[in-house]
Amino acid sequence: MLDFLSVFFQYADQWGPRLARAAVVSAQISFMGFLVATVLGLALALMRMTKSRTFQAIARAYILVFRGVPVLAVLLLLYFGLPGIGILFSPIEAAVIGLGLAYAAQMAEVFRGGFQAILAGQWESAAAVGFTPWQSLRLIILPQVVRIIMAPVIVTFVTLLKDSSLAALITVNELLLEGRALASEYFLPLHIYIWVGAMYFAIAFPLSMMAKHLANRANSRVRQ
Amino acid sequence: MDDQPILSVRGLHKSYGELEVLKGIEFEVKPGEKIALIGPSGSGKSTCLRCINFLETPTLGEIRLDGDLVGIKKHRGASRNMSNKDLAPQRAQMGMVFQGFNLWPHLTVRENVAIAARKVQGLSREEAHALAEDALAKVHMSNKADAWPEQLSGGQQQRVGIARALAQRPKLMLFDEPTSALDPELVNEVLNVIQELAAEGRTMLLVTHEISFARNVADRVMFLHSGIIEEQGPARDLIDNPQRDFTKNFLRQVSQ
Amino acid sequence: MAFLFETVLPSLLTGALVTITVTIASLALALALGFGLALLRQFLGFRVLSILIDIYTEYFRNIPALTHLFIIYFGLAAVGLRLSSLTAAIIGLGLVGAAITCEIFRSGFIAVKIGQTEAARAVGMTPMQTIWLILAPQAIRISLPPLGNYALQLMKDTSIVSAIAAPEIMFNARSMVTSSFQTTLIYTTAAMIYLLISLPMVHAISRLEARFGRRN
Repeated sequence: MLDFLSVFFQYADQWGPRLARAAVVSAQISFMGFLVATVLGLALALMRMTKSRTFQAIARAYILVFRGVPVLAVLLLLYFGLPGIGILFSPIEAAVIGLGLAYAAQMAEVFRGGFQAILAGQWESAAAVGFTPWQSLRLIILPQVVRIIMAPVIVTFVTLLKDSSLAALITVNELLLEGRALASEYFLPLHIYIWVGAMYFAIAFPLSMMAKHLANRANSRVRQ
Repeated sequence: MDDQPILSVRGLHKSYGELEVLKGIEFEVKPGEKIALIGPSGSGKSTCLRCINFLETPTLGEIRLDGDLVGIKKHRGASRNMSNKDLAPQRAQMGMVFQGFNLWPHLTVRENVAIAARKVQGLSREEAHALAEDALAKVHMSNKADAWPEQLSGGQQQRVGIARALAQRPKLMLFDEPTSALDPELVNEVLNVIQELAAEGRTMLLVTHEISFARNVADRVMFLHSGIIEEQGPARDLIDNPQRDFTKNFLRQVSQ
Repeated sequence: MAFLFETVLPSLLTGALVTITVTIASLALALALGFGLALLRQFLGFRVLSILIDIYTEYFRNIPALTHLFIIYFGLAAVGLRLSSLTAAIIGLGLVGAAITCEIFRSGFIAVKIGQTEAARAVGMTPMQTIWLILAPQAIRISLPPLGNYALQLMKDTSIVSAIAAPEIMFNARSMVTSSFQTTLIYTTAAMIYLLISLPMVHAISRLEARFGRRN
């Protein structure tokens, strides 16, 4: 057992910096992908709430498609598949776009849940004081939605962060790919992948705990 | 006293699919008049009120606020229902108080009352807050200006709701069963506030179950039954001496 | 066009069989283990056990599944335990899934109203009987819609086992791409096949939600 653990210390200064740099890349593509997913997801959720049948159909079709297609398939299609018809993305571009497109569907569902939790009376009272629909959304509805969806949003981000490891398979130099490179250099895959896992854990676990805390707080505050 | 009615309702019909809830409502409200709408559940009184500020869209009929046509755009002979965006300035002239209060939980009491003044009427922050303070003073909630809605009792929340409507400086106030959702011991604080406002000469249309309150505060009472105005008249006369059978039955049941 | 039907589809559909097999096997493992863990966590009061189960759950839920697969497939091989890619895939996804289903079942148990337990006690049932006859059936019903969603997610996640050389859809797609250049066609078809597999699952989830979903 001690031998097993001593390996970590032996190579810490060689693995540590490389994995740390790669972890930054993981974080970057996660944030950018999440940004895309949030903006697109909000648009999709709003489309579902309009009276236009066309917009509703488009949004629902989008969500259905991305509910059924794996993120990896999207990434591979964007990076390896599209060049066949002349569209070329860099690995990072493909990763950000792919994660963004795939998680937009999930964010749309999170937003929808948030909107549905807002009682109809809130919309009515906003309209009754003379707010335009856009004002009602901006001043009254969205602030409440944001509060309600904080926890599920963080959970979605953590899931996206985990899927950022798939970018390794389209050659993005993120944490898992760097781990693979190290494993083939040092022939110590068990130790290296455990280290990689620990790094993901270090980022994801605090976020998960924060989300749980927020969810508990939201549940205990239900009044009126 | 200005003789043009503040509100005129003509030929108001409302159907939900096959179900016709309002079957031709007509009435006028003069400036400073207080009108109470009473009637059994399902008679359409709340629907009627909500049609006035177009929270429900009438199937047929004409509603005019101070002479202006509400909710309908006439363009080269053709009529069209207004979008919510177009309705906003008209709704801003009517203050509505809801059965469920509908205060905005992410804003303090003061902000709840002031926000429309700032964003809809374009007042500055200072002006809006001053307006809010006056409104809150009228409903005796000045000391709670910085509280959050969830910290207030039902009666307090409803009073804030009334202050919010007052801050619109509306031409007409619409009350949709303002005390029906309150615990009995909290009803009076709200009714007292409404009575004080009535004494100031405000124009009010009040849907309520509180018959004795209607009798004391309203100038006129309209009794709705099955979607039409079955009977209407001066408040005391109608309630003390109902003429129609439906009215008599209803008042008898309610007083038990 | 001929290429599509003669080469691409057969290869991908064979992969689809593996996808479905891995999904079912992992799902079985995840459900059995997850339910067991949930029972232990919920009804056995031992602090140490609860902490251990929580550690298990957090470990598998805060680290990407692909990393877990690499640890099980490559990592264990380096210390002498060599697993086939399919075995590693099923074990890896099953262990991760158990962490997820454990939380789902626990939420299900918590959602069963306390009055149910009280009534069971009042008629004289033992704790075991209460769990077996009253709580578990209700908790499982409540859990069905989220479990359905998990199963759908699992089906999509089987795509990652291509990275440890399991011959499912994505793996076969990538193999074909190296020998032909019809990358767009191949990857689009692969995506379509996943979509087709997902549609009956989405439908089933809607039915589950309609029947067992809780209205807030």
